[in-house]
Amino acid sequence: MLAFIAQRIGKAVVVLLAIVVLNFFLIRLAPGDPALVMAGEAGAGDQLFISQLREKFGLDKPMPVQLFLYVKGILSFDLGYSFRQQMPVSKLILDRLPATMLLTGTAFAISLAFGIMFGALAARRAGTWADTAITVLALIFYATPLFWIALMAILLFSVTMEWLPSFGYKTVGANYTGLAHVLDVGAHLILPATTIGLFFMATYARMTRASMLEVKRLDFVKTARAKGLRDAVIQRRHVLRNALLPVVTLAGLQAGTLVGGAVLTETVFAWPGIGRLMYEALLQRDYNLLLGVFVVCSAMVLVFNLITDLIYRSVDPRIEYAA
Amino acid sequence: MLKRTLIGLALVCGLNAVAVAEEPKVGGVVNAVIQPEPPGLMLGLVQNGPTQMISGNIYDGLLRYGPKLEPQPGLAESWTVSEDGKVYTFKLRSGVTWHDGKPFTSADVLFSIEFLKQTHARARGNLATLDKVEAPDASTVVFTLKEPFGPFLGIFEVGSMPMIPKHIYEGTDFKANPANNTPIGTGPYMFKEWQKGSFIRLVKNPNYYIKGKPHIDEIYWHVIPDAAARSVAFETGKIDVLPGGSVENFDVPRLSKLKNVCVTGAGWEFFSPHSWLWLNNRSGPTANTKFRQALMFAIDRNFARDVIWNGLGKVATGPSGSAIKYYTSAVPKYDLAPAKAKALLKEAGYKGEKVRMLPLPYGETWQRWAEAVKQNLQDVGINVEMIATDVPGWNQKVSDWDYDIAFTYLYQYGDPALGVGRNYVSSQIAKGSPFNNVEGYSNPEVDKLFAEGAVAFPDTKRDEIYAKAQKILVEDVPVAWLLELQFPTITRCNVKNLVTTAIGVNDGFRDAWLDK
Repeated sequence: MLAFIAQRIGKAVVVLLAIVVLNFFLIRLAPGDPALVMAGEAGAGDQLFISQLREKFGLDKPMPVQLFLYVKGILSFDLGYSFRQQMPVSKLILDRLPATMLLTGTAFAISLAFGIMFGALAARRAGTWADTAITVLALIFYATPLFWIALMAILLFSVTMEWLPSFGYKTVGANYTGLAHVLDVGAHLILPATTIGLFFMATYARMTRASMLEVKRLDFVKTARAKGLRDAVIQRRHVLRNALLPVVTLAGLQAGTLVGGAVLTETVFAWPGIGRLMYEALLQRDYNLLLGVFVVCSAMVLVFNLITDLIYRSVDPRIEYAA
Repeated sequence: MLKRTLIGLALVCGLNAVAVAEEPKVGGVVNAVIQPEPPGLMLGLVQNGPTQMISGNIYDGLLRYGPKLEPQPGLAESWTVSEDGKVYTFKLRSGVTWHDGKPFTSADVLFSIEFLKQTHARARGNLATLDKVEAPDASTVVFTLKEPFGPFLGIFEVGSMPMIPKHIYEGTDFKANPANNTPIGTGPYMFKEWQKGSFIRLVKNPNYYIKGKPHIDEIYWHVIPDAAARSVAFETGKIDVLPGGSVENFDVPRLSKLKNVCVTGAGWEFFSPHSWLWLNNRSGPTANTKFRQALMFAIDRNFARDVIWNGLGKVATGPSGSAIKYYTSAVPKYDLAPAKAKALLKEAGYKGEKVRMLPLPYGETWQRWAEAVKQNLQDVGINVEMIATDVPGWNQKVSDWDYDIAFTYLYQYGDPALGVGRNYVSSQIAKGSPFNNVEGYSNPEVDKLFAEGAVAFPDTKRDEIYAKAQKILVEDVPVAWLLELQFPTITRCNVKNLVTTAIGVNDGFRDAWLDK
């Protein structure tokens, strides 16, 4: 198994470098550059000002040199400097990553747990009113745009009922510590995490339901039943366990996008995460920062893919490791 | 009946009198919105809008400007101008210290001038006529100009010329100085904390040079990227101050109707944001003067003000806004007249060629406005194609002159020589920047008038010159002027005395106080 992991990591590094080079050129295909954006925001800018900025950003050097310098930096774990934010990219990302991990991690856990639960329930009660209700709700949450759900949630729970805060990740200036701090962050977490979670929950529920109904018809389930096993055991150990494989595949894919996938939610709820950082870096053509976020996100996807493969094996021991 | 009314009046008047005489209360915390998050707070290096708004609390300028743009004491307590208009002598306040305790002296002023000439595009332009600046003693600074420069007393506002601490920056690489992350000024508030993506926190400067000011203890500037979320944050009481432009215009009427909410349009007199359509004077249909005049007759600017801007702002009459110096309304008028527009288009020989229009990618209001203008132009038979961009794309296209009609608005900085002339004189035609004569208009007479206007002395001469320039420009229509914009500042009514000068919230919370 260790050899398998080592091999996969080796491949991942190559993939990562390819991603860096590709992104480097893709980003520069977009019109405008950081110097123009900054001059634009300053509301004034003569030629000298803009050329000074370009020099500062290193944009006056030929493209291959810029790429060489960037890749050289990456290889020594240096993600470069964001001139716009006047901070090293790695510090900016590390500052914002925990907030995103907390948000998407919570959403992921909630959606997976409830998604599988509701999916299994629907499959077991296939054809009853419970099944219909779950299926319809899942369809609605799957089809409704995230930002609309977010805005409606704010309108209902923040503006009308005044139960939950509408922005930020903690009460600024309150200086809570200990349990009060945890509760405060928790209250801020509910709306954004639910917003992201509902969508994924819907996908997992539908996937689990379909998959379970399929497995149920297979011969080994009939055999188990014929052996006289209790229904609950059959459902849990025979049906659900086998039905989970496609769900794990899907969850693995989605886990990879969790880091960068929360742009909309983070923006609407002013959550200080990395999705927003990436979006702003894009609008400001902050090349180093944008590339840095891409690198980190890509690395995450690779890591999650590896983890998914390992989980496969533990869910279904028949699957063998092969790089 | 009459008696009762009189008593009522007396009561109202009495209450008002009490309100005026109210003593500022000390203490409290203010929550304000900042949009977008500034790239840095060192005002000498970064001049974008949000930086100016926050850092106006941290730094001071030599002068401040009242609503009529009259100079008021800032770090300079008095000033004199020589008879020939070339020598300006400033007397600095005594007892002013930087946030780290070091005294502020005339040496800092000399250093700031040198600093800003290197880093601040606008200051560089403003100081072009400066011959030398000297400090005969620690509290006196003497500026000598090569020739009289009419707007000279108007360039000392904190955003245009912030004072920079010499003891921190002298002999260092300004842009790489670690102190940039913990800005030090002489202003009423000190930088305390910045959690990127969340908030910036300023605290009261206990040693501010005006005894008893500032009144408020702390200011939190919250970063909330979504416009709808910003108005919700205000609605739910988490935010006390929405500076101009921080919510979409269509939310303003709803928010201003809330209980205990005050709205003011004041505080923009110095900037006077002026919006227009940049018309490409070089090529395409827009190169024809008659075509450009037709645009002015075709666009319903009253509709834009009433519907898109909710009645805020004023229809622009020409290149100068009505709040800035030497404005004249004695210019040709362009009222809505589609028939006239059609006739002019015919005269111009317009055959339905495609015209590319760039909206300003600054949110919904601007998008709607572009759609309304497109409709106006289509109604008189102009074939408009809308080009969608994001902000960097817009900058690039405008800087490269790759457009026919482009929305924009520019600040005017109180004087035609500072913020108006740059858009019309030939010397400002340069590819690669969106803040000069982008439309490519070139008229030797206008060039001459703006050149003379800047150095004419005394002011009565400037009046004549600029009136003439405005008249010529309005006849030529190098750009299609739209509105004098107004960005309302929305606050809870218990935030008192916030907007007191011509730069409004940008002048900081020096005089503001909270009625708890």
